Amino acid sequence: MKPDVARKSRTRATGAPPIHSRFQAWGVNHAQALVFSLGRLYRNPFTAALTLTVIAIALALPAGLWLALKNLQAASGEWDHGAQLSVFVADSVSEDTLRVLAGRIQSMDAVESARAITREEALAEFRALSGFGEALDLLDHNPLPALVLVTPAADHQGPSRVQALSVELEALEEVTQAQVDLQWVQRLQAILEMTRRGVALVAVLLGLGVLLVVGNTIRLDILNRRREIEVAKLVGATDGFIRRPFLYGGLWLGLFGGVLALIIVGVGLALLNGPVQQLATLYGSDFRLEGPGLAGALGLLGLAVALGLGGSWIAVGRHLRDIEPR
Amino acid sequence: MILCQNVVKRYPGGQEALSQVSLRMDEGAMAYLTGHSGAGKSTLLKLISLIERPTRGRITVNGQHLNTLPRRKVPHFRRSIGIIFQDHHLLHDRTVFDNVALPLVILGYRSPEIARRVRAALDKVGLLHKERARPVTLSSGEQQRVGIARAVVHKPAVLLADEPTGNLDPDLSREIMNLFLQFNQVGVTTLIASHDLELITTLGKPILRLEAGRLVDTGAPPAPLHAGAPA
Repeated sequence: MKPDVARKSRTRATGAPPIHSRFQAWGVNHAQALVFSLGRLYRNPFTAALTLTVIAIALALPAGLWLALKNLQAASGEWDHGAQLSVFVADSVSEDTLRVLAGRIQSMDAVESARAITREEALAEFRALSGFGEALDLLDHNPLPALVLVTPAADHQGPSRVQALSVELEALEEVTQAQVDLQWVQRLQAILEMTRRGVALVAVLLGLGVLLVVGNTIRLDILNRRREIEVAKLVGATDGFIRRPFLYGGLWLGLFGGVLALIIVGVGLALLNGPVQQLATLYGSDFRLEGPGLAGALGLLGLAVALGLGGSWIAVGRHLRDIEPR
Repeated sequence: MILCQNVVKRYPGGQEALSQVSLRMDEGAMAYLTGHSGAGKSTLLKLISLIERPTRGRITVNGQHLNTLPRRKVPHFRRSIGIIFQDHHLLHDRTVFDNVALPLVILGYRSPEIARRVRAALDKVGLLHKERARPVTLSSGEQQRVGIARAVVHKPAVLLADEPTGNLDPDLSREIMNLFLQFNQVGVTTLIASHDLELITTLGKPILRLEAGRLVDTGAPPAPLHAGAPA
């Protein structure tokens, strides 16, 4: 047993390494804390899986709702621009007069195009698209009126303009009714707006939930490692040193929770896309579900990491200070 | 150097653990602190290592006034001292090597340097061959020596030990005390709390006796009969 271990104590009392080495070690220490906290997740796979699933579901739910909204908006936007007016014409009006009327409407400033649809054409279209063809055969006369399909000019697409145009068209002698096909779109927009608020509310609540789940997980981790923390404090660990692995633990929870949430959203999209496309085809649209995109995915991951870090920060700030060696 | 001036420690509830304790240990000095259970030995060591703060009085360690040391500077102060406990405070989910390395990791040493110093410290306490073992597989004497290696691995200027031989048989106790004497020989200020009067009176160092929170014997050298070089 040689006494050389303690001999140098007089020359360098605190035994601190040189500054450049400490700075390098600081980086190494961060990396170690990062890997160490990852290793803890790996060593407790069941607990980690449970926590991550809760976080992922809490993130995937608002993300999925948000995507659904985005897609609905995209779909309704498509219809919005195709706002049309159905101008119904009295049954007494002949086909020739109908075409003349369409020409007159076509020449109006507010109108992009006007297409005349005779009673027979309307019946044929209805028979083809509605699936009620056989029911129509039971009728002894054509119940459908002739109409002019009017597409407003690009600068007359706004709801009030279209409304004004419909009033103008209704004033025409041959016209019985001008119907704006926009009303249900407007209602849908209002519903979407309401739903957006609801989704925002749910997102905030679930985000808070993620914060608390991470916070609680880290809190339990801190309590489980109380002894380790005490010993580290006894040999001179700073709060920062002790905090680090826990903060990184929260970061991993957030990141992996976010990745899992993206997977859930992706699987959900894949499952829904088939039926949605089928439905779109029935409506004569080539609409397809839109994913979150790169920006959306990165945003979700960033939010997840922020929530993870935030949750662990709360737990760490609240509990680390309480643990002091006795 | 350790300097206590009229130190009083009163716990909530009015119980006075230390009353007007004054003592002075010069740099490189060594002393034993003795007394019955509850006499205040552990309390005094906790005050000197800033685990607790005194109710009144001044404590100075290595020229630092502990009374005015802010909380955020406590870690840096602790790095200048080594603390050894009766129950050694080892982390059981880590190897002996990792336990001893902890102070160096905290100080920011790089791994080759850590390995070198940890092995030197383990060699010093005769446990180099156990560096890969888990603390639970060691005997209590060996565990205590791991605790000592951890306390000295960063070369502190002051070494504090609270009943380091409390659980050990006489031979092992003497072995441990000899280790402390060796550290003291190379200049480490060493203060050891122990109630094993039989052992410490043979070691030729001053003995401070606490009785009900008061220092009654301020370090008279031991009786000539027992004086002499340590075994």
